[in-house]
Amino acid sequence: MYIFFIQPFADYAFMQRALAGTLLLAIGAAPVGVFLMLRRMSLAGDAMAHAILPGAAVGYLLFGLAILPMTIGGLIAGLVVALGAGAVSRYTIQNEDASMAAFYLISLALGVLIVSLRGSSVDLMHVLFGTVLALDNTALALIAGITISTLLTLFLFWRGLIAECLDPLFLRSVSKIGTLVHFVFLLLVVINLVSGFQALGTLLSVGLMMLPAAAARFWAYSTLTICTVAALIGMVSGVAGLLISYHYSLPSGPSIILFAGVFYLCSVVFGKRGVVQSRLRSHRHRIA
Amino acid sequence: MTNEASLTFSGLTLGYNSHPAVHHLSGSLKRGSLTAVIGPNGSGKSTLMKGIAGILQPMSGKFAVAAKQSIAYLPQQSEVDKTFPASVMDLVSLGLWPKRGLLSRMTKADKATLVAALDVVGLSGFETRALDTLSGGQMQRALFARVLAQDADLILLDEPFNAVDTKTVGDLVALIQRWHSEQRTVVVVAHDIALVKQNFPETLLLARQKIAWGPTEVVLTHENLARARRFTEAWNENAAWCDVPGDMAHSHGHDAHDHHHHEHHHHDHGHNHHHNHHHQHDHKAGA
Repeated sequence: MYIFFIQPFADYAFMQRALAGTLLLAIGAAPVGVFLMLRRMSLAGDAMAHAILPGAAVGYLLFGLAILPMTIGGLIAGLVVALGAGAVSRYTIQNEDASMAAFYLISLALGVLIVSLRGSSVDLMHVLFGTVLALDNTALALIAGITISTLLTLFLFWRGLIAECLDPLFLRSVSKIGTLVHFVFLLLVVINLVSGFQALGTLLSVGLMMLPAAAARFWAYSTLTICTVAALIGMVSGVAGLLISYHYSLPSGPSIILFAGVFYLCSVVFGKRGVVQSRLRSHRHRIA
Repeated sequence: MTNEASLTFSGLTLGYNSHPAVHHLSGSLKRGSLTAVIGPNGSGKSTLMKGIAGILQPMSGKFAVAAKQSIAYLPQQSEVDKTFPASVMDLVSLGLWPKRGLLSRMTKADKATLVAALDVVGLSGFETRALDTLSGGQMQRALFARVLAQDADLILLDEPFNAVDTKTVGDLVALIQRWHSEQRTVVVVAHDIALVKQNFPETLLLARQKIAWGPTEVVLTHENLARARRFTEAWNENAAWCDVPGDMAHSHGHDAHDHHHHEHHHHDHGHNHHHNHHHQHDHKAGA
């Protein structure tokens, strides 16, 4: 038991950093994923993840494989796409799904083009899939900072987010804050994806955001509980994924995300609101 | 101060894609008045509500809401996401937004306000019920409770009686009467003429243009209703542009456009002005 669960983290500094990074990522990304899901924007996270690629690629092209330039590049690209798509949907007749798709596709094509200007496909793989086992202290500090600011922002904007999800038209009739809330939320999505991409890559970082959120929906009824359950699922997936990857020499990113996937599938079937429970419950009813 | 206006329109035109849905509306609503807005489908009733609520910008003209008045607006189709994991209490507590804003948390007194609001609309005991378990009528009651919690001076209700059973209509009308007795200004879009005659002292009959506006018994004549019915909903893609000199300061108001011909939507301002609108504004106080 000890050898399997504790020793890898006790013995190796890189495993400790990977563990800290994954736990922080899970805490920050899960609640953001919950709101994405509740706003029916689950696939928008995926689109945003693609959108980050050209920024990271420019950073990589100019400065090589260094965390800071790639992060800043990714952040800028993500923000341009988020704000662009958000503005198009807010101020024109086009819905957010269409504008998001348009912007991220442009961004993705640009990103692949830029990466191919310099590197081999190994570099592309690195940008796309990340390496949680190679997190350095700068990256960890960045992840910690982003997680803390995410939680603070969520605390401040909690009521605004709920109102904007629950009844956007009402919020517009009593306050002008709806637009601000929307853009702040998109900003949270972008910074959390950027935070995750060094560890998990641009494509998989969205996994730690959406899978725990989607799984948690089967267990809880209130928004706060869903967020908490999602964060827990993300953290457990992180630890389990790291251990599996360590013991069986599997790539860490996909291991973590696959664990979250297993959680999701189990939740669909066995969750409090899952398939089995709702089948069982339908046989019993109260008199009023 | 009984004649103090709560809301004043001056040549207000609202619409979509440069086609007016409400055309040159002028007039005013007294503070504390209870007005029904009626008219055929597509006659601009909801558009007018959206305009007053600030969700739609005027194309021309303007309206003025008297200072320090808060507005509560209940849209025809609320955009409430019933699948969102929220309780009835969460929904109704949105009504406190203007008072509490983004940051401050609910106080004990707020909570009591909300419980009382739910009690008034007959939803006691529904506090923690999930939204997706509510029926249409219960949802409408919950939305009324939210309007109640907003404690607004000017209340706009867009077709609040749609798909609601008779008992609920009765309860909601009683609530509207209560708001009226509390000197709030209430504007309700309605379809049921009998209901309007029974409960609403004032009526605005709208068919893109104002057909008539004033005490309900004066407005709801056969002649006026027939004129409203002749209104055609479809806009004419090639309708001439409306160029009214001095949009806002037109001494006769603009309901004087030729109503009998407005289907064709031309604005030959030279002919056929009925100056029939003048008396309609001189409501008696306390009507």
